Amino acid sequence: MIEKAFYGSKKYWIWILFLLAFLGLCFHFYLMQLNQGLTITGMSRNVSWGLYIAQFTYLVGVAASAVMLVIPYYLHHYKAFSRMIILGEFMAIAAVTMCMLFIFVDLGQPMRVMNVILHPQLHSVMFWDMTVLSGYLVLNLLIGWTTLESERKNVAPPSWVKPLIYLSVVWAISIHTVTAFLYAGLPGRPYWLSAIMAARFLAGAFCAGPAILLLLVFLVQKFVKYRVGEESIQTLSKIVTYAMSANVFFLLLEIFTAFYSRIPEDMNAFRYLFVGLDGHTTLVPYMWVSAGLAIVSLAILIPPQLRNNTKLLTVALIALVISTWIDKGFSLIAAGFVPNPFDRVTEYLPTFPEIMIVLGVYTIGILILTILWKVAISVKEKTTA
Amino acid sequence: MDIDKRKFLKVIGITSALWVGSRFTGGLSSVFGIGDTLDKKALADAGFEISKTLPDPKALIGKQWAVAIDLRQFKTPDDYKKCINVCDKIHNIPDIHTKQDVKWIWEEPYDNAFPEQHNNYMEGQLKDKSVILMCNQCEFPPCVRVCPTGATFKRHDGIVMMDYHRCIGCRYCMAGCPYGSRSFNFRDPRPFIKKIDPDYPTRTKGVVEKCDFCAERLDKGLMPACVEASKGAMVFGDIKDPNSDVRRILSNNFSIRRKPELGTQPNVFYII
Ligand code: SF4
Ligand code: SF4
Repeated sequence: MIEKAFYGSKKYWIWILFLLAFLGLCFHFYLMQLNQGLTITGMSRNVSWGLYIAQFTYLVGVAASAVMLVIPYYLHHYKAFSRMIILGEFMAIAAVTMCMLFIFVDLGQPMRVMNVILHPQLHSVMFWDMTVLSGYLVLNLLIGWTTLESERKNVAPPSWVKPLIYLSVVWAISIHTVTAFLYAGLPGRPYWLSAIMAARFLAGAFCAGPAILLLLVFLVQKFVKYRVGEESIQTLSKIVTYAMSANVFFLLLEIFTAFYSRIPEDMNAFRYLFVGLDGHTTLVPYMWVSAGLAIVSLAILIPPQLRNNTKLLTVALIALVISTWIDKGFSLIAAGFVPNPFDRVTEYLPTFPEIMIVLGVYTIGILILTILWKVAISVKEKTTA
Repeated sequence: MDIDKRKFLKVIGITSALWVGSRFTGGLSSVFGIGDTLDKKALADAGFEISKTLPDPKALIGKQWAVAIDLRQFKTPDDYKKCINVCDKIHNIPDIHTKQDVKWIWEEPYDNAFPEQHNNYMEGQLKDKSVILMCNQCEFPPCVRVCPTGATFKRHDGIVMMDYHRCIGCRYCMAGCPYGSRSFNFRDPRPFIKKIDPDYPTRTKGVVEKCDFCAERLDKGLMPACVEASKGAMVFGDIKDPNSDVRRILSNNFSIRRKPELGTQPNVFYII
């Protein structure tokens, strides 16, 4: 089946070559980091995690969100998703791969990464996160590939896939829950120390993931004849709407608890993000953009007349992705370190090389996604033609 | 080598079983405090000599080391400097003046060292007073709990140690430590060391480090360098020994600790 990836139009090959060339450029910056150390990033003694770990967090959500297609399709036999599901599963594979790469580029001693397996520490959430992420990758590869292969041969998928699919539902929830536990279990970081963290992560994931999927589908449909079907788009955008509402609701719960109790510790990070703390306001404009875009997206998504208009829906989804990305893919990590244990604010902004390394990892993800979707769409076009 | 076959197989069996076992109990032991003496006993039963190296007979032995810092005795800037400088010198701490600095022991104003004690109407003298800060060698250290490789671990004498050769530089421990006690080598530290002391290892880029209560000195029967330099303003000892100096000074003076509400049981006490 993989041979489908090797036959493509001229455009396909130009795209692949472009990605490879850009990757080469980004790799140059990773070599620079290997050589000089993480000093080339904007991270510091006080803000010791930055954009890399934030991307990891965001993409775990994107990976987990495949479950928003798996549950309706496999558990409720919702057939409208039949032309979409494989795209969601393959997107999860690309996302998990990027997650692992983001952890890898964040390491100070990447050559020693195997120490996590050679000396497993069962009390470390990071060990469990690595375990569930690799498990999820294998599950999705197995399920996606096997079901697609069966479809190509026009036979029913083998019976052993079913239990794996059920397992993958629980597993998807687990990857984002465990990722939330990475942060929510730390004693000295009040912004993260919240029982609602995992729920907030999942809500954010279940709107952002399908939103990205829809946007990618819209984009790809410009180049191929394959159509996922109007009904599946409408259903998925409904799912996005509910999840985004829950996401905003959970954030408001956090804000209420912090500001009604008026406990300075709990208010500090929010203050830092939305009005600035001790005169430090670097992240403030980003946060208001995020809040504004969240409102825009909900205003379009909630009324069905607006949501069902593809142009407006696209605007809403883009707004939603940017909004959730600023919140989870950027400020969540930096603000967790503010103020530091000495009640001081250290600001964080990524450096240019750091951004290039991030783009490099995304390029690898897009490359994987392009190849997997190429295979999937070629197979699907044949069988449903 | 004259290991006979039976013995050899026995050892292979024991060690592999123990390896698997210790992976699991190792996780639990840090929670329940069970040591790894089992491995050694089993190997000894199989007729193997365990270790030929003996600790220095002068080594200081304790269950949980602790220090009481008598802030009343820190008066001039020099009182602080002498404790800090000696540590920087003997531990090859790089002198980096950016946000990516490395420090084991340093000073902060009282208000920053104890932010939760903030008081608008505090006695002026205390408010402006500098406080010596260092790793608290917590009894229940979050840094050890979160470390995915065991590069940060707790010794039997309570010291929270770093294995610079195992650390992968993930910095989870820095997020986990609620006291900001840890530093990361964002770059190769060696060019920033004024004069390298060959008696102590320099670190490489990409690993985390922190104060280790001068474990290397305790093993030779010496007090931590800062304690020695403080000329009595810092008192060191085994907190689990009711007759130790540190217990004596704590039972006679009012002391506070940083963020005791987090349950880490810090072992650095401040007499104010
Ligand atoms: S003070 Fe921080 S680094 Fe030191 S033992 Fe406690 S948690 Fe670990
Ligand atoms: S940076 Fe090193 S010591 Fe710290 S948690 Fe990671 S592996 Fe452990």
